[in-house]
Amino acid sequence: MKIKKIMCCCGSGLGSSLMVRINVEKVLKNLGVSGVTVEHSSLSDVSANSADLFVVGKDLETFTKSFPKVITLDNIVSIPELEEKMKKVLEEE
Amino acid sequence: MAVLKVLQELLSTPSILVGIMAMVGLFLQKKPIEDVVKGTIKTIVGFLVLSAGSAFLQSGSLNDFGTLFNFAFNVSGVVPNNEAIVTAGLVEYAGPTALIMCFGMLANIVMARFSRWNYIFLTGHHTLYMACLIAVVLSVGGLSGIPLVIGGSLILGLVMAMFPAIAAKTMNKITGTDTIGFGHFSTIGYWFAAQVGKLTSMKARKEGKEIKTTEDINFPQRLSFMRDNTVAISITMMVLFLIVSGVAASKPGFTDLETNYVSGGYSNWITYALVTGMNFAGGIYIILSGVRMILAEIVPAFKGIADKLVPNAKPAIDCPVVFPYAPNAVLIGFLVSFAGGIVGMFILFGINAAMATAALPLILPGVVPHFFCGATSGVFANAEGGLKGCIVGSFCHGLLITFLPVVTMPVLGAMQFASTTFSDADFCGVGIVMGNIARFISGYGLLAVCVVFFLIPIVYNFVAPKKNEA
Repeated sequence: MKIKKIMCCCGSGLGSSLMVRINVEKVLKNLGVSGVTVEHSSLSDVSANSADLFVVGKDLETFTKSFPKVITLDNIVSIPELEEKMKKVLEEE
Repeated sequence: MAVLKVLQELLSTPSILVGIMAMVGLFLQKKPIEDVVKGTIKTIVGFLVLSAGSAFLQSGSLNDFGTLFNFAFNVSGVVPNNEAIVTAGLVEYAGPTALIMCFGMLANIVMARFSRWNYIFLTGHHTLYMACLIAVVLSVGGLSGIPLVIGGSLILGLVMAMFPAIAAKTMNKITGTDTIGFGHFSTIGYWFAAQVGKLTSMKARKEGKEIKTTEDINFPQRLSFMRDNTVAISITMMVLFLIVSGVAASKPGFTDLETNYVSGGYSNWITYALVTGMNFAGGIYIILSGVRMILAEIVPAFKGIADKLVPNAKPAIDCPVVFPYAPNAVLIGFLVSFAGGIVGMFILFGINAAMATAALPLILPGVVPHFFCGATSGVFANAEGGLKGCIVGSFCHGLLITFLPVVTMPVLGAMQFASTTFSDADFCGVGIVMGNIARFISGYGLLAVCVVFFLIPIVYNFVAPKKNEA
């Protein structure tokens, strides 16, 4: 399945998920991927089908267990970590 | 002339004002025109959603809570919640808040460029809340119009760089690098918890013993469902409403009160309490959606501009950034801080009882501040003092964020009578300092104080000798 929409989540959907969104957009640009929407929101709002790929911090792993495709980050602001993990997911397609 | 009038009204309408902020930001990032239109409209709608959420929160549950608590216990009960108090403040101070937020971010860039506090504060919702607090406190202190915006922006820019600098030392210990700043306006609480944590481990460190950290133990992670804001707020508010309406319903006169119990046609207080408690969570949910829409364009623009102007600045990020480093400390911090909040509430109750007055408002433990701030204080205290430090530090943090709002409320002018107030420590800290200065110095003197405060760290940077950085 082609990834069309990426959702970044955190507890209140205000601060850290927005940071992750900015980073995801940057990484997509670095990797030369276009045509992907990136959004951010709170845990209350997302469900398994609200996006094709989810990006969360490691502390929220339990929430996204049932979701099909998830990237969990040990350091939510590290671009190298994000880039490495996203590359892997995008290559799997 | 008519055109001028329309223009003037547009510029003094807060929702349009934040829309313009977003639009300028989008243009500066050279986004295509359709993105600019989309982003600007969503920002404006976000502001309107926020106002709607505020009205719903007030009429749907918050007003009832205040009325019932007073009726049941003869003292005012306060649920500290940033979103609730800020939206109440925006009713009167929306214009100055929007302008202070906009120019405060610019002042942050200036501060990061010319002082040694090179942090860019990226937690947008806290920037908005702090802008509101400053607007209220300085207005109560007699500033208005352009001086209010100038003074407020300078103070906002100052604290946006200062608080991450206070957190920096422990933050480096947590993350193991010094490239990430910490930006969440409860830093006084985290710093305090970290210092307390340090004290608890002093003896062990002197003896060269290994300090046991929270991550060495097995802690059940099941409570982490409380990370979901809506669930957490619903549960606490249902419990609080059950207690308050239960006591109120047992007193004669309950059905004469002006609450939704009467207007909503309820016939038993349990249904009413459950629905109204969840109504509170619904109100906060709407407000947060609005805040998210407002910030979705403004924060990336701010980051983009700051990256260009101060390329070596460190980004100061929202508190969950530290959570993955110590998941156990997150849950322990939350539970213990919450316990501290409950103990703190009883202490306030005891003081009232001992003095035989109802002078002090009862600050109830709000689950959102205790979760986010308590959890973060747990991580900070754990980094300095291990498991023992985490427990003692978070408990003291819970007491601190219960007592600080009591001291803060009097400086908020008419807003002190709301049944809610600012919850996080830095809002209280800035409120207490600026509010009490404003009692002695008002008008242009107050503006001068703001300017001086802003200039101190910059002048220091140029005057004081620099440490050799080898």
